[in-house]
Amino acid sequence: MLLTMTTDAEGASDLGYLLHKHPGRVQEFEQSFGVAHVFYPEATDERCTVALLLEVDPVALVRGKGQRDAGFSLAQYVNDRPYAASSMLAVALGRVFRTALAGRCEARPELVDRTWPLEVHAPAVPCRGGGEVAERLFGPLGWQVDATPIPLDPEIPAWGDSRYVDLRLTGTMRLADALSHLYVLLPTLDAAKHYWVGSDEVDKLVRAGGAWLAGHPAREEIARRYLAHRTTLAASAIARLAEVDDATPEELDDAIAQEEPRSVPLARLRREAVLAALREVGARSVVDLGCGEGELLSLLLAEGFERLLGVDVSPRALTSAARRLHLDTLPDRLRSRIDLIQSSVTYTDARVAGFDAAVLTEVVEHLDPPRLAALERAVLGTAAPATVVVTTPNAEHNVRYPTLAAGAMRHRDHRFEWTREEFAAWAQAAAGRFGYTVELRPVGAVDPEVGPPTQMAVFRAEVAR
Amino acid sequence: MSDPRVLPVPALSLVVLIGVSGSGKSTFAARQFGEFETLSSDFCRGLVANDPNDQAATAAAFDVLHHIAGHRLDAGLLTVVDATNVQQSARKSLVDLARSHDALPVAIVLDVPEDVCLARNRARGDRDFGDHVVRRQRDQLRKSLRGLSREGFRTVHVLRGVDEVEAAVIERVPLRSDLREQHGPFDVIGDVHGCRGELEALLDRLGYTLVRDDAGRPVDAAHPEGRRAVFLGDLVDRGPDSPGVLRLVMGMVAAGHALAVPGNHENKLVRALDGRGVQVSHGLAETLAQLDAEPPEFRAAVREFADGLVAHLVLDDGNLVVAHAGLKEAFHNRASGRVRSFALYGETTGETDEYGLPVRYPWADDYRGRATVLYGHTPVPEPVWVNNTMCLDTGCVFGGHLTALRYPEKEIVQVTARRVWYEPARPFPAAGQEGDVPPGAQSGAGGRRDPDVLDITDVLGKRVVETTLAGRVTVAEENAAGALEVMSRFAVDPRWLVYLPPTMSPCATAPGGDLLEHPAQAFDAYRSDGVDRVVCEEKHMGSRAVVLVCRDPRVAAARFGMPAGTTGVVYTRTGRPFFDPSRTEALLAVVRDAATAAGLWEGLGGSGDAEGGDGDPAGWLLLDCELMPWSVKAEDLLRSQYASVGAAARSALPAAVAALEAATGAGLPVDDLLARTRSRAANAEGFAAAYRRYVWPTDGLDGVRLAPFQVLAAGADAGTTFEDRDHLWHLEVADALVAADGTGHLQSTRRLVVDLTDDVSVAGGVAWWAELTASGGEGMVVKPLANLVRGRRGVLQPGIKVRGREYLRIIYGPDYTEPANLERLRQRHLGRKRGLALREYALGLEALRRFAAGEPVWRVHEAVFAVLALESEPVDPRL
Repeated sequence: MLLTMTTDAEGASDLGYLLHKHPGRVQEFEQSFGVAHVFYPEATDERCTVALLLEVDPVALVRGKGQRDAGFSLAQYVNDRPYAASSMLAVALGRVFRTALAGRCEARPELVDRTWPLEVHAPAVPCRGGGEVAERLFGPLGWQVDATPIPLDPEIPAWGDSRYVDLRLTGTMRLADALSHLYVLLPTLDAAKHYWVGSDEVDKLVRAGGAWLAGHPAREEIARRYLAHRTTLAASAIARLAEVDDATPEELDDAIAQEEPRSVPLARLRREAVLAALREVGARSVVDLGCGEGELLSLLLAEGFERLLGVDVSPRALTSAARRLHLDTLPDRLRSRIDLIQSSVTYTDARVAGFDAAVLTEVVEHLDPPRLAALERAVLGTAAPATVVVTTPNAEHNVRYPTLAAGAMRHRDHRFEWTREEFAAWAQAAAGRFGYTVELRPVGAVDPEVGPPTQMAVFRAEVAR
Repeated sequence: MSDPRVLPVPALSLVVLIGVSGSGKSTFAARQFGEFETLSSDFCRGLVANDPNDQAATAAAFDVLHHIAGHRLDAGLLTVVDATNVQQSARKSLVDLARSHDALPVAIVLDVPEDVCLARNRARGDRDFGDHVVRRQRDQLRKSLRGLSREGFRTVHVLRGVDEVEAAVIERVPLRSDLREQHGPFDVIGDVHGCRGELEALLDRLGYTLVRDDAGRPVDAAHPEGRRAVFLGDLVDRGPDSPGVLRLVMGMVAAGHALAVPGNHENKLVRALDGRGVQVSHGLAETLAQLDAEPPEFRAAVREFADGLVAHLVLDDGNLVVAHAGLKEAFHNRASGRVRSFALYGETTGETDEYGLPVRYPWADDYRGRATVLYGHTPVPEPVWVNNTMCLDTGCVFGGHLTALRYPEKEIVQVTARRVWYEPARPFPAAGQEGDVPPGAQSGAGGRRDPDVLDITDVLGKRVVETTLAGRVTVAEENAAGALEVMSRFAVDPRWLVYLPPTMSPCATAPGGDLLEHPAQAFDAYRSDGVDRVVCEEKHMGSRAVVLVCRDPRVAAARFGMPAGTTGVVYTRTGRPFFDPSRTEALLAVVRDAATAAGLWEGLGGSGDAEGGDGDPAGWLLLDCELMPWSVKAEDLLRSQYASVGAAARSALPAAVAALEAATGAGLPVDDLLARTRSRAANAEGFAAAYRRYVWPTDGLDGVRLAPFQVLAAGADAGTTFEDRDHLWHLEVADALVAADGTGHLQSTRRLVVDLTDDVSVAGGVAWWAELTASGGEGMVVKPLANLVRGRRGVLQPGIKVRGREYLRIIYGPDYTEPANLERLRQRHLGRKRGLALREYALGLEALRRFAAGEPVWRVHEAVFAVLALESEPVDPRL
């Protein structure tokens, strides 16, 4: 909510002309979310500081958005916006200093292209990823970056640093460029959250940004972060349930995995391994239990399977899968071969029965171990297709991931990760209980010591169904 | 006019009228059947083509007709098809339709002279087809007449001539299975298999007096109170005296002292006695040999008896269904080949097990009906309830027991087999030998086996849950969809998730002053609803926790199906476990030890006056608690949201103050802004202080505290709920636990009783709240002292929260106390929150009561799931 900009250049107070704001006055600008104040704590020919203080009205902020809608998240009411220098400050900056940002000055046009030694100070800038992100974003533009982390709570030292930094930027450049940098980059510093982000809009901002953005080495990251920040907190049902239980929405609504780069080729290998197993048993109809965004379904549809059913417990994942599969525009001939439904592997569901094969890729490890019996009963006992293909991480392989802490799991929602021996024991016991035989296979390159990254079990019914 | 001719028609049947155009079918149907009972092909042609005579629309019209007829038959409604039906193919599709909906097909032929039909058609302007059409139909009809029974019609009535048609009267005959008017009481007896001695002993134990013939053989048994026995079939084979058993049971049935359904062994016996080729195995040889010693008249009587038995019976207003192998709900009071087959043999998966016996489909796991279903057929070591069904075949002939269930008392009465009469193909486990046999069965009420998985149709879609407290509660489809994700991915097993707590409404907004909430509004609310005494309970600074603790792992396994090493659960208000299994067990041990030391198992077990509450000590205990600190559950939220806001404020505001002070020094007029900014800095400090009270370090159980404040339910097997005990009783139980706890983890709840009719007492309540909140407390919850209270407009709110001024900073934001903000925030709308709180309360209590009554797990889960679904409804999260 506070940003100051200081120069000690000769004729420092000329800054007022360029900013179109008189140093001797305090000015107020009404914004939809509060009032922007512009004043000069110091304005001499030797040194001039302009301050933009945004006084956010947190009550109006929410009420203005439609008080009749009670579906807001608690985060709408208690948040850092009154304090943090983020998108609102950028918006106010863009409005209050519009002329300067555009590089115009009618009274003293010669000032526009003058370069100034500038020091920008924003005492609370949300900067996910730490100070080095600020360095990465502002550094290439000619700023010297000093980002001091702010502790989360000085009385609870164990909590460490917050995501805020006390940011000081020093550099010599045109004022219009400095304002442009702040206008675009301040909001992006905040935005490492990938939650609720659509990824197809990435290029838009790059096109809309100025010349400096197009040439910026980190422009992809800037675009991604900028868009992530803009998306609003949609109050989905699961977000509300997270809230009543004092959890963050991201904690529960993680059905669409944010895959680590290392696992992208692995995901492809996994799909290919599943496809090979399905081909081998001659399956023509397949139900994908826990289909997520539909990557496997997409492959199976292209491979000509006759009947496909994607099942997921997350409505958001299903929406995403429908988009990926272009369900609304598929020609009838293809559309009639595939369906998506919401269901759960911990409940029996007649709609899931009657397929040649069921696939559970990277699903079992998301269940608490006591719920596995329900999954076994629902899939092997009740749906009971001739073939069931299960994949799951091989915990032994985790030591080969340098970024993974010892003993840590690959995803925060994994309730367990099995060793090869544990997986085999589970698979054989489950197969025995429900009249299947099981064969175990590696997926991905087999490490001589720790085995493959992913393991697969192919269950086959003992009696033809 | 002829004499009236009575045409008997089964009450649930598909009546197919057969007659040429103009034979008077529609007139006949209108006279004999109800307004909606007749489906006419002409009418359906009109529906799909705007023209009842448009022959081109015939296929579509019959498609519609079949569809409607199918829905009507599913609903158990007699249905009449008014079409010519002179072609065999047309009739075949209707016979198939009736069979696929398990109704009986009935044919009524209107055989009216051709000239009458021709004259009628000519008189109607809309029928412009030629006479040849009628002639062709008549030819087809004539060819059809003889074969109707062979086509599958179970009843065929042929009315010849106009007079017979006009004189006919339909009489609806109940199905043979329909004995709903018989209310018992009954003693339902499992598979006897020729064990006459055990049967005599069981009847004796049940209080029947045996009647013997001159040779001393029992030929009847009567109960002095008029009770009747119900035999579940398989009276014969394998055992020592099948004829003796038959003689006794046939006598009892003939005398009206018993009912019986056939078993697969009787079915086979009839075929053997008829001389049809059957494989003489599974003990049939013994029976045939024994019967050979009997006179031919007896064998004939046996054949007639066994052949006349109806495969299933529906008794007691439809509340009790008996069939040898059980019966799924869609087949109750239905008649078809597959209904009979299910009743005799059950459903098999088509596979065989390692002993070469057919693998049976566990239909009872899927059973959702309200009727109790009793059956035999598959020997089990102990009778257990599965979804309101029970198998009473306890393998007497294999050396097990002969079992009866008293109905409606639902008491088990057993006699032990005198010896192993027959070696089973598959080893028959004696009672108590298998790990999955609930010891609860020994209580006499029968144990329970909950299926380890529920069906998606138990929860998904728009649902209406019937509650005793608030009637029908509706759950919207999108809320169920949202809840499914949380329930499936994060909640504990439905068998253990027997309750979820309701949301709680805050008090009405304080009209003025520097507070948003004040006790006066909570007191006023209850006073105006006629409540005199309330209890104020300290609102702990933690998370709501439900604790289900079992006395020992045996109870956990038997009553809840929990895995070895598990003795309970501790879960949040959305059903998520607080801790990993080992920390959970450690906390459960604390609660269990305290309960044992306080004598609670005995105290709460014997207190129940529910079924089976015969003073057995409780085996499980369900407690409503608060678990501290809040940071145990919500540390992520505290750090990412609350502490972050504090950190940003702590850095930004002093810098802003400094800039403004510099501006003041430079003579700029920023005094007001400076004052406001200083005030905000102070508010931010207050905000940080407020959330810090919810944080303290924990390690394992160290630092974790649990404050029980209400006993939700307790029991041995079934149990009791305690919503009618006043809150002081609940708090006394909690105090006893705290006093008995040697670990320091259990914490008591401060409370104050306020008499709302006494101003001094009310002022004391306000002062108590002010003191609690001034010292950093979150606030209090005001509850009617008597607990569950019904007011003039239904059940009252079970509690109203009054939160402290400082605590509300973390709800409404650091600056909410600024006067201008406060005034705007007073306009809050509580109606929706209050409505939600009441519906969730009704659902939660419904779940508890169903669970305590021993209802199937799907019935409990339905109500629990509905609470979670309602929680996902959008409502102002600050309330």
